[in-house]
Amino acid sequence: MDLDLMITSFPKLLNATLITLKLLSVSLVLGLFLGLFFAILRLNKNSFINKFAYGYSYIFRGTPLLVQIFIIYFGLGQIESLRSSFLWVALKEPYWCAIIAFALNTGAYTSEILRSAFQTIKPGFIEAGKSLGIQSKIIFYKIQVPIAIRQSLPAYGNEIILMLKGTSLASTVTLMDLTGVAKYIISTTFKPVEVFIVAGGIYLFITFIIHNVIKYLEKKYSY
Amino acid sequence: MNIIKKFSLGLLISLFLTISANADKIRIGTEGAYPPWNSKDASGKLIGFEVELAWTLCRYIGQQCEIVEQDWDGMIPALIMRKFDAIMAGMSITAERQKAISFSQGYADEVASLAVMKGSDLEGIDTSEGINLTKKTGAVKKDLKTLTSALAGKTVCTQTATIHQNFLESGDVGKINVRTYKTQDEVNLDLTSGRCDVALAAAVAFTDYAEKSGKPVVLVGPTFSGGAFGNGVGVGIRKDDTELLNAFNRAIDKARKNGDISRIATKWFGFDASM
Repeated sequence: MDLDLMITSFPKLLNATLITLKLLSVSLVLGLFLGLFFAILRLNKNSFINKFAYGYSYIFRGTPLLVQIFIIYFGLGQIESLRSSFLWVALKEPYWCAIIAFALNTGAYTSEILRSAFQTIKPGFIEAGKSLGIQSKIIFYKIQVPIAIRQSLPAYGNEIILMLKGTSLASTVTLMDLTGVAKYIISTTFKPVEVFIVAGGIYLFITFIIHNVIKYLEKKYSY
Repeated sequence: MNIIKKFSLGLLISLFLTISANADKIRIGTEGAYPPWNSKDASGKLIGFEVELAWTLCRYIGQQCEIVEQDWDGMIPALIMRKFDAIMAGMSITAERQKAISFSQGYADEVASLAVMKGSDLEGIDTSEGINLTKKTGAVKKDLKTLTSALAGKTVCTQTATIHQNFLESGDVGKINVRTYKTQDEVNLDLTSGRCDVALAAAVAFTDYAEKSGKPVVLVGPTFSGGAFGNGVGVGIRKDDTELLNAFNRAIDKARKNGDISRIATKWFGFDASM
């Protein structure tokens, strides 16, 4: 065990953790909006809209995240007409390709989590609102959405942790995130065990924090 | 119960036999993604200059061989951890790598080159044809200066953990925006997509790609050798494995004398890259 290497690589890896956290937070925020949007579409009675939303979540939950990143980064980059369009401004950058892939992926899972949360709301809550003469739009935003968010907290906490580990795939499209920098250090020192232990420890610590924040929120919003 | 005992004993024996059968085989690690040095054909079989040379060297050593595939960025750790016994993967002999492993004498040499897509503003870059970084003469320094100003602000792409990355990060061409990829294939893809303004690799890696894909990839600037680019390509071997190192050195001597290396090199590179 080369302890010196572990100590000297720690600050470099910590620096790279900022990029990992940035990737994670931006894609989670975008994914949450996507997930909410598609969960609402799933509850729509129109079967075309419903199937479209189901198709989205089916495709992105049914294929590996790595394949999705490769299709968006290397695949779309080969289409000539795309390269001359305005979309190329975003797709040219590895950072945005990774964000798009992560957001679409986590959005698909989030939509399933929220859909099942909406469907488990007891009809009594909605009927209570109706009997008080509240508009159905307001019932949705003031009653159904808050309850659904509370219901989905445990599952969503899991999704955040899975996504954190998913961001390590950003290193496959040249981004220097935590895993990317760890691989870079290994490529010059040829000592994978030490460096990956430190990187793994950092991932574990972030997971620990996420886990506890979710646990706190669960307690706070329990009813 | 008796049957289970017999069965597990048989399993143990067969396991032991396979282990001992593998023990006297030399396992050679290669990447299989760096044509024409080493690559795979459509059926997934390993082919290329080094694959053919490996079989030849094994014949001279007089031992059975097995060629193992390994990702480039884990090549040296895999050797140290005994996943295989020797590296033949277009790996240049450099001082940095020699801190971790030993190298046989060089069996082939390559020059590195920058490449761009046809029509790039780098195409007309005015340098000498080739520079050797071991002796930094006035002419070499002048070329490096030209390159420094030409590459400023450009995204330069290369494969990770290579001599090419070392050179780009050495400061010889100033502080530039380097992007690294897991394989040379991915460098080629992003060069053609336009995400990379310019790429650096073995010159043959680009000419091979241009020929096979039909994409207008052209070499620009000087060819590079010496300095960060090392002293030719050799067989990488664990430091404590001197017996195998000597065996490979003798085999390379014989193969060179009999003209095997030049013959195989000419077949795969189109010119004699042997040394």
